[in-house]
Amino acid sequence: MGKRLLQAEVLLVFFFLYVPIAVVVVLAFNSSRRVLLWEGFSTKWFGIALRDQDIRNALETSVIVASLNAVVACVLGTLLALGLSRMRPWLRGPIDALAYMTLVTPEIVFAIAALIFFVQADQWLVGALGNGVAGLFGETSPLDLWGGRLTILVAHVVFNATVVALVVRARFVGMGQTLEEASFDLGAGPLSTFRQVTLPRLAPAILAGGLLAFTFSFDDFYTSFFVAGTEATTLPMFIFASLRFGVTPAITATATMIIGVSLVAIVIAYVVLRRTGSERGTATAVPGA
Amino acid sequence: MGVYSTAEVVGFAGDAFTWNLDNYRYLWDPLYVDIFLRTYKLAAIGTLLTLLIGFPFAYYIARYARHKTLLLLLVIVPFWTSFLIRTYAWLILLDPEFPLYRALGIGEFEILYTEKAIYIGVVYNYLPLMVLPVYAALERMDWSLVEAAQDLGDSPFRAFRRVTLPLVLPGILAGSILVFIPLMGEFLIPYVLGGEKIFYVGNLIAQQFGEARDWPFGSAIAMVIVASMTVVLLLYSVLLSRQERYGG
Repeated sequence: MGKRLLQAEVLLVFFFLYVPIAVVVVLAFNSSRRVLLWEGFSTKWFGIALRDQDIRNALETSVIVASLNAVVACVLGTLLALGLSRMRPWLRGPIDALAYMTLVTPEIVFAIAALIFFVQADQWLVGALGNGVAGLFGETSPLDLWGGRLTILVAHVVFNATVVALVVRARFVGMGQTLEEASFDLGAGPLSTFRQVTLPRLAPAILAGGLLAFTFSFDDFYTSFFVAGTEATTLPMFIFASLRFGVTPAITATATMIIGVSLVAIVIAYVVLRRTGSERGTATAVPGA
Repeated sequence: MGVYSTAEVVGFAGDAFTWNLDNYRYLWDPLYVDIFLRTYKLAAIGTLLTLLIGFPFAYYIARYARHKTLLLLLVIVPFWTSFLIRTYAWLILLDPEFPLYRALGIGEFEILYTEKAIYIGVVYNYLPLMVLPVYAALERMDWSLVEAAQDLGDSPFRAFRRVTLPLVLPGILAGSILVFIPLMGEFLIPYVLGGEKIFYVGNLIAQQFGEARDWPFGSAIAMVIVASMTVVLLLYSVLLSRQERYGG
């Protein structure tokens, strides 16, 4: 049997998957000024990275955008999921397809479409209103609103609301409607049924979706890169820009911190989903996205 | 974006919507045709490589492994860490100066900033996208069917080809879509690991929206990706429905 061979392949693949990440993490603790020259253990580069003003600004932008994005995407995504499941099938089909399309479309296409939308929507709206100013926001381009962060946030929300919707819907479909019907029979109105029955049961999926949305936004490079105004720089954008100078210890330390943040978010999301949703649909909705 | 691709750049002030297809005509330049061909090649080979590595991997986990959920989680975890950082890692790992290589005395290779590095980065980043749908299909397999085929005289290989493969094909197709389509727009991996020398469609778009500042032309290029994506998805749904009719 080729079972042994398969086993060896699996081990090799896991090795392949984890060695690069491990290397980054280990080298982040290198005291040397040169990443590839090991001179001893030190955590000093983390301190240096955290004191660097550019890295701090980028970190701040990333955290703010990712958090707000997660909150808004949760609200919109949940509404979308609930709306979709009550929609007539002929309408649901195309919207469903559109939602999945968002996930497969090459991100660069989504990013430039968003960019063009932001710039053109502004000009067309002004043209339609005919008020003679350069843009809806006076002379300011939409790309520069809120220090260039607003467009990143909006673009991320559009994408992540879909992700949340898919996770929440998997749970919603899996949990059935019996408790809602019972609630109605006992005299609760739609609003209190939603608040007291549906929402608590959906909460784990919404939380998991929110954490995924946070990670997506926090790690995102493509979309931010294209739609950001001149002033806003997210952490991945900062790393990308500094790659021009090659591999540096401060960037390696920053990368390690990002890996840490993503890992924590993912593990929480996974544990929450596993503990509450034994339905298969929920579990597969996460990795499949 | 479709509309924008028919516009043209006017000075520095902005773009005029002149409704012409010139931007698409420029694409016929051999320079751009080459870039497109190279990109399709990257997407195709990338899909094939992830399938070749991912299929046996998913097969083992689905059929023989004991802690399936744990192993699957271990596949997903690196996938959810930053794409950029996973690519950055290879910048370190493929450097001949990497301490381990020097210790082993094999510091004499040139992978970084060549196509090889790009392919390694692609397989590394996209492998989970192939493994997960293939695993999902294999997990639903009824292995007694394979045993029955073998009891009835099929060789393991024949049983695999006639029983397993048709049942798992939808998973393979889904995985291929998830790898192939995003690869058509990939630009980070070539940029980082290819050292800005090797151009793909994604790099071309980034350039048009960056230094070149020719958004209409950039949009036209992106429209070609959208068109290719539509073709691939149509092909996928045709293959899938044929498969259902044939296998059902």
